[in-house]
Amino acid sequence: MIEIDALRKQYPAPDGKVVEVLKGISLTVPDASITAVVGPSGAGKSTLAKCISLLEKPTSGSIRVNGEDLSRLSGETLRRERRAIGTVFQSSALLQRKTAWENVALPLEWLGVVPGEITRHVGQLLDSVGLSDKAQYYPSQLSGGQRQRVGIARALALKPSVLLADEATSGLDPDATTSILNLLKQLRDQFGLSIILITHEMDVVRRAADAVAEIRDGQLLQQGSLRELLATPGSRIGQQLFPLQPLELSGDLQLQLTYGDRALATDWISQVSQQHQVQVDLLAAHVEQVGERLAGRLRIGVRFNHRPVGLQVLIQHLYQLGINAEVLESQTALQEAV
Amino acid sequence: MKPLADVISQDTPWSQIHTLMLPAYLETWLMVGIVMLFVVTLGGLLGVVLFNTSRHGLFPRPAVNRTLSWIVNMGRSLPFLVLMAAIIPFTFWLTGTTIGIPAAVIPMVVAGTPFFARLLENALRELPSEVTAVGLVSGGSTWQIIVHAQLSEALPAIVAAIVLNVISMIEYSAIAGTIGAGGIGYLAVVYGYQRFDNHIMVATIVVLIATIQLVQFIGDRLVAALQHAKGSYSS
Repeated sequence: MIEIDALRKQYPAPDGKVVEVLKGISLTVPDASITAVVGPSGAGKSTLAKCISLLEKPTSGSIRVNGEDLSRLSGETLRRERRAIGTVFQSSALLQRKTAWENVALPLEWLGVVPGEITRHVGQLLDSVGLSDKAQYYPSQLSGGQRQRVGIARALALKPSVLLADEATSGLDPDATTSILNLLKQLRDQFGLSIILITHEMDVVRRAADAVAEIRDGQLLQQGSLRELLATPGSRIGQQLFPLQPLELSGDLQLQLTYGDRALATDWISQVSQQHQVQVDLLAAHVEQVGERLAGRLRIGVRFNHRPVGLQVLIQHLYQLGINAEVLESQTALQEAV
Repeated sequence: MKPLADVISQDTPWSQIHTLMLPAYLETWLMVGIVMLFVVTLGGLLGVVLFNTSRHGLFPRPAVNRTLSWIVNMGRSLPFLVLMAAIIPFTFWLTGTTIGIPAAVIPMVVAGTPFFARLLENALRELPSEVTAVGLVSGGSTWQIIVHAQLSEALPAIVAAIVLNVISMIEYSAIAGTIGAGGIGYLAVVYGYQRFDNHIMVATIVVLIATIQLVQFIGDRLVAALQHAKGSYSS
């Protein structure tokens, strides 16, 4: 488990002023979970990544791994303790003149682990990332996805409890991205890792993250489980993850629906139609399976067959079926009903 | 009475050239060898410190970096002939002589060290910044990161730098011939220039060209072998 508390990072600017890149970020990633940190370029993601991987010292705040603050350490103590956090770089950053095996073995050799133990452990690590047969390959002989797997194996060599993946799937093709994300999920479950996934790819968030934190201008805008955020009407992350095209007004009433935080009655359209005597038109939908459940955003048009339906009654019913609804547009008929 | 051309031309017969050329050639390599030993050690150390005191390095020290950089630039700004003359007192103090191989080795080391330091620093600067970062997050000590990550990754570039330096040192050894350093430079000056021995002059030129070509050829092959066998950043 990693707890980042009130993390600030300032840099001196050339004009003598101070630039604050991180303005008090607090973030907790429990064991066996993946938190995605998202945000536009210049939001402070890279600086946050450097602070978490202990390559930069924060100006203030703390980074606790299993209760111990690592942000203030330096010298030999830092060297010893930093193994609690494994880092996977964007470009895999393998040493080009060493084989896959040698790259993974390097942290162990540096630590002074006995050769027999290194052989055994590196074998296991390459096996767990599915590259046992490529141990003697040099990075230039591996594909982007394979290189990234070696990078992950190396990051795990010192048995960290936290894994930081800084844009680990950027530049990979869709298949390689899928396999890396599946690997991260597998490692999360296998080793109970707290994984921080720094990314600008919403698709990666949708497919791998348990929780999301959005930062912008060095500040945390919103944070929560993916399902919670998706199901929150008006959530920016929800909009980014499940974008819907604006549509022509249709029907008497237009509703924006989100679901994912509660169990969903999958036959909700028929239930609502029958009970309220309305026709439901699906205008736009972006629904995917996130974890065990369906999550998504939808836009529906509601047409009243005989008489207008009470808006609150309808919304209440949708809520009971596992759907959060907000009204987008309504026609005069509805106004009268309300 | 002999024709004038015969009086001023005292060309060593071609069949005798090797008796002069071979010992001189070995002296040249002896000088270059000794010098390169110091240059690679001292210049290598200086280059590593230069890189690692920069803001991309392991122990950024801007003031130290600027000072070292200034010293390196100073060492590189003097033409070798001027440098050689300028540091004669220092050379004499160190070796007790101002002529011969010992007297040539000192200015050659003084000139070659900053050159190699800059080449090595550049080789390290060409590496992706992640190389040092990987070393740090993998828990390496400063020494481990420098040797196993930085220098090991930059090896092809370092070999290329050594080749470049060897060629410069062969050139400098010829210039050092002017202070009686020995080697083929001395041969060219004393026989070719002062005694109008055209045969020696031609032989010296041929040997120098062949040597430089050979060194460069071997160096290029070595660099290519190091890159191809184990991948490279440019590929």
